[in-house]
Amino acid sequence: MRVLALAGRRLLSSIPTLLIILVGLFLLLQLAPGDTVDALVAQMGGGDQKMVEELRRFYGLDAPVAVQLGRYIWRLVQLDLGYSAIYGKPVVNVILERLPATLLLMGSALSFAFFAGIALGIIAARRVNKWPDTLISTLGLVFYATPSFWFGLMGIVVFAIRLAWLPSGGFETVGAGYTGLMRVLDIARYLVLPTLTLALIFLAIYLRIMRASMLEVLTLDFVRTARAKGVAEQAVIVRHVLRNALLPVVTLIGLQAGTMLGGSVVVESVFALPGLGRLAYESVVQRDLNTLLGIVFVSALLVISVNFMVDLIYARLDPRIS
Amino acid sequence: MSTTLAIENLSVALPRGADRAHALGGVSLALREGEILCVVGESGSGKSMTANAIMRLLPIGVAVSGGAIRFEGRDILSLPEAEMRHLRGRRIAMVFQEPMTALNPLRSIGDQIGEMFRTHTGFGRAEIDARILGLLDEVRLPDPRTVARAFAHELSGGQRQRAMIAMALALEPTVLIADEPTTALDVTTQAQILRLIRDLQRKKGTAVLFITHDFGVVGEIADRVAVMQNGQLVEEGYTADVLDRPKHSYTRMLLAAVPPLSAPGARPVSAETVLSIDRVSKTYLTRGSGLRKRSTLALDQVTLSLPKGSTLGIVGESGSGKSTLAKCLVRLVAPDAGAIRMGDVDIAHLSRREAKHATGRIQMVFQDPYGSLNPRRRAGDLVAQGPIAHGVQPAQAHARAQELFALVGLDPTATERFPHEFSGGQRQRIGLARALALEPQILVADEPVSSLDVSVQAQVLELLAQLRARLGLSMVFITHDLRVAAQICDRVAVMKDGRVVEEGPAAEVFSVPSHAYTQALIEAIPQRRRPAP
Amino acid sequence: MLLILVIAMALSAGILFPKDPLGLAGSPLIWPFRDARFPLGTDNSGRDIAAQIFHGARISLLIGLAAMTLAISIGVVLGALAGFYGGLADDVLMRITEAFQTLPNFLLLLMLVAVFGSTLTTVTIAIGLVSWQAPARLTRAEFLSLRTREFVQAGRTIGLGDATLIFREILPNALPPVIVYASVVMAVAILLESALAFLNLSDPNVASWGNLIGLGRGVLRSEWYVSAIPGVAILITVLAVSLVGQGLNDALNPRLRGR
Repeated sequence: MRVLALAGRRLLSSIPTLLIILVGLFLLLQLAPGDTVDALVAQMGGGDQKMVEELRRFYGLDAPVAVQLGRYIWRLVQLDLGYSAIYGKPVVNVILERLPATLLLMGSALSFAFFAGIALGIIAARRVNKWPDTLISTLGLVFYATPSFWFGLMGIVVFAIRLAWLPSGGFETVGAGYTGLMRVLDIARYLVLPTLTLALIFLAIYLRIMRASMLEVLTLDFVRTARAKGVAEQAVIVRHVLRNALLPVVTLIGLQAGTMLGGSVVVESVFALPGLGRLAYESVVQRDLNTLLGIVFVSALLVISVNFMVDLIYARLDPRIS
Repeated sequence: MSTTLAIENLSVALPRGADRAHALGGVSLALREGEILCVVGESGSGKSMTANAIMRLLPIGVAVSGGAIRFEGRDILSLPEAEMRHLRGRRIAMVFQEPMTALNPLRSIGDQIGEMFRTHTGFGRAEIDARILGLLDEVRLPDPRTVARAFAHELSGGQRQRAMIAMALALEPTVLIADEPTTALDVTTQAQILRLIRDLQRKKGTAVLFITHDFGVVGEIADRVAVMQNGQLVEEGYTADVLDRPKHSYTRMLLAAVPPLSAPGARPVSAETVLSIDRVSKTYLTRGSGLRKRSTLALDQVTLSLPKGSTLGIVGESGSGKSTLAKCLVRLVAPDAGAIRMGDVDIAHLSRREAKHATGRIQMVFQDPYGSLNPRRRAGDLVAQGPIAHGVQPAQAHARAQELFALVGLDPTATERFPHEFSGGQRQRIGLARALALEPQILVADEPVSSLDVSVQAQVLELLAQLRARLGLSMVFITHDLRVAAQICDRVAVMKDGRVVEEGPAAEVFSVPSHAYTQALIEAIPQRRRPAP
Repeated sequence: MLLILVIAMALSAGILFPKDPLGLAGSPLIWPFRDARFPLGTDNSGRDIAAQIFHGARISLLIGLAAMTLAISIGVVLGALAGFYGGLADDVLMRITEAFQTLPNFLLLLMLVAVFGSTLTTVTIAIGLVSWQAPARLTRAEFLSLRTREFVQAGRTIGLGDATLIFREILPNALPPVIVYASVVMAVAILLESALAFLNLSDPNVASWGNLIGLGRGVLRSEWYVSAIPGVAILITVLAVSLVGQGLNDALNPRLRGR
C-alpha cells in the first residue's frame, strides 16, 4: 500500500517534467531552419508559393506559436505523433514496429549489466586490494573507457568474421521461418553481441559503485553490531551489507535509463538492429524531424516508466521511504 | 567474588602516522562476576578501544600488540575466529552509543533480535518469536508486537536503545559491554535506561563493563570505577572511594570539573532589559505525504526577557524548541508571530538589510566546534570577515582579530592557521572571537560546551563568565545540561514542546522547581544525591 | 602519465605531421608496419592513419575539455542556485534538470545536431548541453548539506551577503566532488563525440577518431585495423582522463585513501 501510494505520487510528479520536455522540444523545433512544409516540398522536388501557403494552412503552421504549441501538446496527449513523410505512415506505427527490438535489447543489457556488475562488485569488495579486486577494478576502468561502437565492431571481427560463432548483424535469420522456441533461440543468438556491447559501460559503472558502496556499508555501525552478535562473516555480508549496498546501484539504474536508451542508437546502428535507436539515426540523416520528435517523446515515456519501476523496487528495499 | 573477565597488561598499537603509537599502553583491569565496572575517561583515553579489544572488533589498522584478555580463564585473544564468534553475542554482548546507526535501517527490530537466536541457538520460529516479545517486554517497551515489526527510524532514541539492550541480553550473556549507551539520549531518557540496565543486571547477575565520560553516570550505576587517561589506567577502586577520595590528580581534576547542580550565589541583576521576547511563535512546515503539509509547532508564544549584563539560560531536551528560539534571535529563522525587541528595534520584523545592521549587536556562538568554522579559511579571516562585511577596512579588521585572539586566550600569531590545526576547545574560542568581533551587546550561545570534554568545558565556561563581566555582555545561554546552566546563568527558563514551562532566578528554579517537568528533569540528572566530597 | 602521452600527441601533431591529415598521402589500405612512411598504415582512401590519430588527439581533447567546461559551468551555477535558495527556485531548476535527465542524452544530442548542424563548435556546445545534469545534481546536493552547516549559519549571523556565502563559504567546500566528477564528464564527452563522428554526424572536415572508425567499418572484413587503431586511441584517452579523476579523488578525499 505504502509502496503503491509512493509510486503513484512519483508518477504524478513526472507530469510537469514531461511537459517541460515537450515545450522544450517544440521550441527547439521552432528554432530549426525550415518546417515540415519545407521538408515536404523538398521531398516533392519543389513547389510554387501558393501551394506552400496552402500546405502551411493545412498543417496549421500559420497560427501563432502559442496556439501551435497548444495543439501540438493536445495531439501528443492523444498519442498522435503525426505523419512520417519518409515512411509514408503515421509515426506511431513506425515507432511501434521498432519498439520490441529496442525493449528486448535494453532489457537484456540492463539485466546483464546489473547482475554481472553486482557480482563483480561484491567479489572486488570482499577481496579489496588483493589481486581479484585489482583485476576487476582494472577491467572496470577499461570497460568504462571502451567506446561501445568500437567494442561492437571488434566483436564482429572476432566472433562473426574470424570465428563465425555469432551473426554479425540483424535481429533474426531472415527467411528461416522459425517459430516458437526456435525463433526465441535464433533471436537470442543475434542479441548476444549487441547486449554485451550496450551493457559494457554500465557493467563497469555498476561494478564500481557496488564495490564502493559495499566498502562504505562495511564501515557502518550496524555491521559492527552484527559482528558483535557473533554472526558469521558470510551472513553479515548477505543479511546486513548487501541490501544496504544495493540502494545506490538501484538509484543509478533510474538515473541512467536515458543514457542506456541513447546508447542503443549506436549499438543498433552497428548491428543493423531494427530498433528505435536506428530509426532515430535514420530520421536524423533523412531530416525526418516528425519521426525524431516522436522517438524522443516515446523514449521519455520509456524512461519515466523505468524510473517508476525503479522507485517501486527502491521502496521495497528501503522501509525509510514514505 | 571471582573474576569473569581479566585484562592483563593489554597494549593496542595504532597505525603509523597516528598522533601517538599506542591507543592502550599496558592496561590491566578485572571485571568481577555480577558487578558493574565503569571505565571513565575523556575522549582519546582509550576506553572505547578497551571495549573493542575485548570483542576483538578493533578498527582496521589497529591491533593488539601485547597482553592478554582472559574470559573465564581462557585468553580470548588467542582463540580461533570461529570460537570467538561463538562467544560474541552469546557469552559477551555489547551495546553501542548511537542506537540509530547501530541498528540496520532496512531490517525490522524483531528480525535483528531474532538473529541472535538464529545464530546461536536451534530454536524454531515460534519459539524465537515468543522470546523476542518476551525480551521487548522485559526492557519495558510498550506494545512489543508493534515494536518487533517496526524499523529503527520509526522508534525514538530511547526505544531504540531499549531494543539494543534487549538484543544484547537475548542469550543472557555473562558479560555485557556498554559503550556510552546513554550519551546520545536526553537526560530523562538516560535516567530510565540507566535504571533499566541496573535492574536487568541485578536480575540476571550479568557482569557489566560500562564505558562513560560522565561522572554523574558513574555515581548512579557503578559498583567499581576505573579511570583512564591517554591509554593508561590511572586509578581503580570502589565507586564511593574514588568519587569521594580520589587519589590520582587526574581523577581529582575530572571530578572538580563536573559542575555542581546548585547555582553559585546570585549576582545582582540590572533592572534594565536589553532584549525582550514577546509571544514569539514559529511553525515549521515539512512536506508530509502528497501535497499535504505537516506542521510542527516549534515555538508557542514564548515570552522572555533578558536583563542587561545578565545571563538567561534556556534549558530543555531535544525538540523543546530551544535551538529554534536561538536562531530566531539572530534572524537565522524568521518567527511567524510575536516581537523580539532590542532597545526600540523589533528584530523579528526587519528587512534583510536592516537585520544585517541589527544582528551586528546580537551575535551567536555555535555548538559544533568542528562544523561551525569553514575548514578552508584561516582562523584570522574567519574572525575578520564579519567586520569587513560591515564596512571595516581589512587591515584594521585583521589587527582587531589578533587582539581578539589574545582576549579569548589564543596565541595572536595563530590567526594564520587553519581550523583543523586547533583543538575542540580552541576552535570554540575562535567561534567566540568571531562573534565578539562585531562588538555585540548580546551573545547567544547555542550549546557552546556540549561537545567538549568536561575539563575543557570548565575552561570555556570560565572564559564566558570573564568576558561577560569585562565587556558588559548580556547572554542567552542554550543548553540541555542543567548543571552547566546552574554554573553560568542568572535566570533560567525551562522549555518543553515549544513552550516555556518555568522561568525564574537560577537558584530558585534548581532548588525549588515549581513545574512538574522541571522536577522530572532535575530528578533525572545522574548522581544528584551524592554528598559533596 | 597516459594523459601526458595523449597531450603530447596532440601537441606534436603539427610538428610530426605538418600536412593536412585528411589529404591523400599514398596508396589506400596499406597495413601497419609495412611501409616506413606510414607506420600505422593508410585508410580506404590512402590517408595516413598515424597522422589522423595524432591530429585526432587534438580534436578529442579540445572537444572534451570545452564541452566539460561548459557542462560543469552550467551544472555548478544551476546546482548552486537550486541548493542555496531552495524552495521555488529549487523546484523549478530541478524539474528542468529532471527533464533533461529523462531525455536520453544521445537522442537529444542527435536532435541538436540535426537542428543546428554539425560543425566543431555546434557539436561541442551540443555535447556540453546534454552533460550538465549530473554535475548540477551533485552541486545541489553538496549545497543542500553545506548550507545548513553551522559555519554557513555563522556567516549569516555576522552579516555576510548571499554572493559571499555562495562563492567564498560554500563553493570551495562543495567543489572537490564536482572537480572529480568533471573527469567523468570529460570522458563521456570524448565518447559522445566519437560516437557522433562514427555515425558520420560530427564535423566531417576535421580528423576525428570516430570518423576513422566509421570509415573502417566498410572494410572491416579484411582491413579491420583501420577501425581498430583509432578505437585503441579513444580507449587510452578516456582511460587516461578517468585515471586522472581517480587520482584527484584520492587526493581530495583522504578518508577514502587506501581503498
